[in-house]
Order: sequence, then structure tokens, then C-alpha cells
Amino acid sequence: MDFGQIREILSAPDNVPILGLLGGVAFFLWYGLRQARAMDRLAVQLEADPALAKTHHRKTHPHDDAWEPEVLVWPHLLKVEFLAAIIVTVLLLVWSLALNAPLEEPANPNQTMNPAKAPWYFVGLQELLVYFDPWFAGVVLPLLIVIGLMLFPYLDASPLGTGYYTLRQRKVVLVSFGAGFAIWLAAIVVGTFIRGPGWMWFWPGETWDHTRQVFEKTRDLPAALGPVPVIAFYLLAGWLIHKFVTRTELDRRIYARTSRLQYLTFQFFAITLLIGVPLKIFLRLAFRIKYVWVTPWFNL
Amino acid sequence: MKKTQLWKSVFRVKHDRTDTRTRSLAVLSNVFLHLHPTRVNRDAVRYSYTWGMGGISAYLFLVLLFTGALLMFYYHPTKFQAYRDILYLEHDVPFGRLLRNMHRWGAHLMVITVWLHMLRVVLTGAYKKPREFNWVVGVGLLVLTLLLSFTGYLLPDDQLGFWAVTVGTNMARATPLVGHEGPFGPQLGMTPFNDVRFGLLGGSVVDSNALLRAYVWHCIGIPVILLLLLGVHFWRVRKDGGISGPAPLLLDSEMKD
Repeated sequence: MDFGQIREILSAPDNVPILGLLGGVAFFLWYGLRQARAMDRLAVQLEADPALAKTHHRKTHPHDDAWEPEVLVWPHLLKVEFLAAIIVTVLLLVWSLALNAPLEEPANPNQTMNPAKAPWYFVGLQELLVYFDPWFAGVVLPLLIVIGLMLFPYLDASPLGTGYYTLRQRKVVLVSFGAGFAIWLAAIVVGTFIRGPGWMWFWPGETWDHTRQVFEKTRDLPAALGPVPVIAFYLLAGWLIHKFVTRTELDRRIYARTSRLQYLTFQFFAITLLIGVPLKIFLRLAFRIKYVWVTPWFNL
Repeated sequence: MKKTQLWKSVFRVKHDRTDTRTRSLAVLSNVFLHLHPTRVNRDAVRYSYTWGMGGISAYLFLVLLFTGALLMFYYHPTKFQAYRDILYLEHDVPFGRLLRNMHRWGAHLMVITVWLHMLRVVLTGAYKKPREFNWVVGVGLLVLTLLLSFTGYLLPDDQLGFWAVTVGTNMARATPLVGHEGPFGPQLGMTPFNDVRFGLLGGSVVDSNALLRAYVWHCIGIPVILLLLLGVHFWRVRKDGGISGPAPLLLDSEMKD
């Protein structure tokens, strides 16, 4: 166990924000889901008691009919904003006093950095270069992610859960987004903390050995199969996702509101990004399979 | 003094009164505050709903504009000077190191807060009707934030930035159709000297032209586009009735089939 190596990786100035990100996501996920659970409990209570549902103010916050429903922006909102600005400024000042921004030697095209890593927010894409050719990992995949994100509101046909935290009413949507976010974060963590010289896999605590060689033969699925495995995968994964999307009574009602176009678009992005990408990673790591579809023009 | 013509011409409203009308006017008649309505839902000022991440991202953007403008006084985007300017900033300019640190860590913090903002908007379903398009604008802002960070990475002209940008732009070679190593690129006549990567770098390698292009995109191009989209983003929030919640619960049984 090489603790020096762990410390070196963790304390690299540009890696510190990742720890902040992971801590922040963990905290706010807990914070948001706690409110979601409270709202879900309220939903169960009100479904069971229609009389109460008519009179209840339908929030988990404290409520009194005598209170003004609205407050003045000055001072009530501006006070909060001003406080937030001060706290962020202080935080940033302390961070900037405590930790110096990295500066390496002058750029030198003749001396390759090893490992040469992208900034941490893009390192996930770099990690995906292991599993996909550059045209896919570097260009098509980021485009699909951005387009998929932009289409997100147009594919979510349920009016439930607008403007409040809930888990039960929006399970499919939240699981989809959560899966994508988790893959992205996992790729960043692997790319930053696991990948060492030569972009080789080093477990935490393993010394980065610059002379290490990997004699690993990758293989492809037979070219004669053509697109058959990919098509078969899309059908199977689509069927599994369909099972998940129509699992409960509420899910089926939401599904009924979804148009054919919305649903097929959702299926395409879910199969490709949320199941296809992790599956290909798994095939590569577990069975050393490089390409699942070989053509004269491109390989996937 | 508050009765003088000068004072009245600047502030217009009396700010020391606590009545509703004066306080509303304080927001309405102020160019910096008129983004806000005069009143908001009493639950909307709670930190628990928004986490303040959108506002903090916008504030960090202002901090970055300010520190970035100060950095521009000391920085020349040329291969000869860029790295020396960073050394000069770090060792000779008063508070230069603090300035650079704040710009760098502020940028990283902004990436984090933008992601958390997105997470919150998903968790609360705040992107739903009628706010779908504002979410699209938000995704655009997210991409621009990442591109701002990425173009800034090259500017110190050190090994870290150089190789990160080399790795990053090497992927552009493989762009389908318009990259010289991408699918169908060579068939369409793409070479290292006319493809999309050449356009990004102003050359076939990361060199002085790439530094200048990164600088111009970083300091002018992307911030201008981002500010435009930010204006649209805020304006839409306001037009859609302020922040999306906390809204009253809609029961399953009340959803129309």
C-alpha cells in the first residue's frame, strides 16, 4: 500500500475540486431526497383523506392561514442573496489563500506529459476513449449527451412533481437522470484517481509504475455478424426498459400520456447512453472486447 | 442631505422607510434589482428549495469577469510572453497570486455549482411546462461554462494546459465528416490542414495561433454569448412567474389521463 501515491493524487490542486464536487453531490442528494420523502409521505396521507386534501395547503412547510402568502423581496429575498454572496466570497478567498493554482513547466511539445489528462470535468470523456474510438467518445457521445439533456423536458410527459421534491411520482425520470449523472461522475473518478501513466489501471494505493507494460490482447465480435449484435442489444435493452417504464399503475398512466415519438426518442437515448455505454465498458473490462461492430468505414 | 436635488436625482426613493410601497419601489426603480419582482411566495425564499445554486453560479460568473479583467492587464497571449506573465503575476504583482487563484478556483467552483443547479432543477421537476425551453437555454449555459473553463486551461501555456488541450483537440481529428481521421472524413477531402481541428487551433498543432484563439474565445467570444443566454435565462424565469416552487403537491388521483 503506497500511501504517498494516494496523497499525491488526492492533493494535486486540480483534483481538490473533485472532492468538493463529490461531497456536494452527496450532501445535496441527501438534502433533496429527504424533502422528497417528506412530500411522498404527505401524498400518501392526502390520498387517504380526501377531506383533508381539499383544505390542506399541500406543502411540507409550516403554514398558517393568517400569514401573508407573499413577502417583500426587499428585504426578505435580497437579504438571503446578499448573505449567499458574502459566504461564497469568503469561501473562495480562503480556498485561494490556502491552495495555489497549479503551474507546471513551460509548454514543451517534445516532452509528453504522462499521464496527460484533460481538465477534470472532461476527464470522463477521456476515460471513455478507452472503450470507444475517438469519433464516438470525443464527438458523437458528447453531442448525444447535450442533445439528450436538451430534449429531457420534452420527453417527460407527466405533470406530477412540478415544482416540488418527490421520488415516488417521478421514479422513471429520476432514475434515468440519476443513472446518467452517476456514469458521468464515475468516469471522472476513474479517470482521475485510477488512471496512471499510459492511462493504465492503478488501484488506489498502487504505485504509479512508469515502466509497466500491459500485454493484453483485445478481441472483436466477428465482423461477419455485422450489425446483428448491436440490433439485438437494442431490442433486448428496449424491452427491459419498457418493463421498467410500465412497472406500476402510476407508471402505466404516465406511459399512456407519452406520445409514440416521445417514447421512442426516450428509448433511443436511454438504450444508447444509460445501458449501451456501461455495457460496452463492462465488455471491455471483463472480456477484453474492443469492437462489437466492425465495418470498413468505422468500428464501434 | 436627503432633501437635496442631487440625492433625489440619484436614489429617487426614500430607503429608510419600512412601508410596503417604499420597499416595493426600492426594487422596482433600481436597475440592478428590477430583475426581481417586488414580492415572492413566502416559501420561495427558503434555502431548502433552490439551494441557491443558480444565483451562486451567476455571482461566480461576475467574480470571474472581474478577476479575469484584472488578469488581462498582466497577460499577453503570445508564446514568448504568456508563461512569463504568469510567473510575473505569481511573484511580483501585488496580490497577483491571489488573483490567479481566485480566477482558477472560482471557475472550478462555478462548474460544480452549475452541475448542482441542474441536479436541483431535475429533482424538483422545475423544467416542466412552461419552462422547457429555459432548460434548453440552461443546457447551453452549462456547455458554455465548460468551454470557458477549457479555453482558459491553455492560457498559462504550461505543460498541464498544453497537453490537456492537445488531448482534447486531438479528438476533433476524429469528427465524422469534418475531421481527417473521422469516419468519411478522408473521403470528403479532409487533411490535417483543412479539417475542423485546424479551424479550432489555427494550425495543425497547438501553438501560438491556438493560444491566441483560446484567448479571444475565452475573453470575448464565449463570455459575450454566455451573457446573452444568461439574459434570456433570467428573463424567462421572471416571465414564467419567478422560481418554480415550492409548489403545492399534485396528487396522483388528480392527474388527468
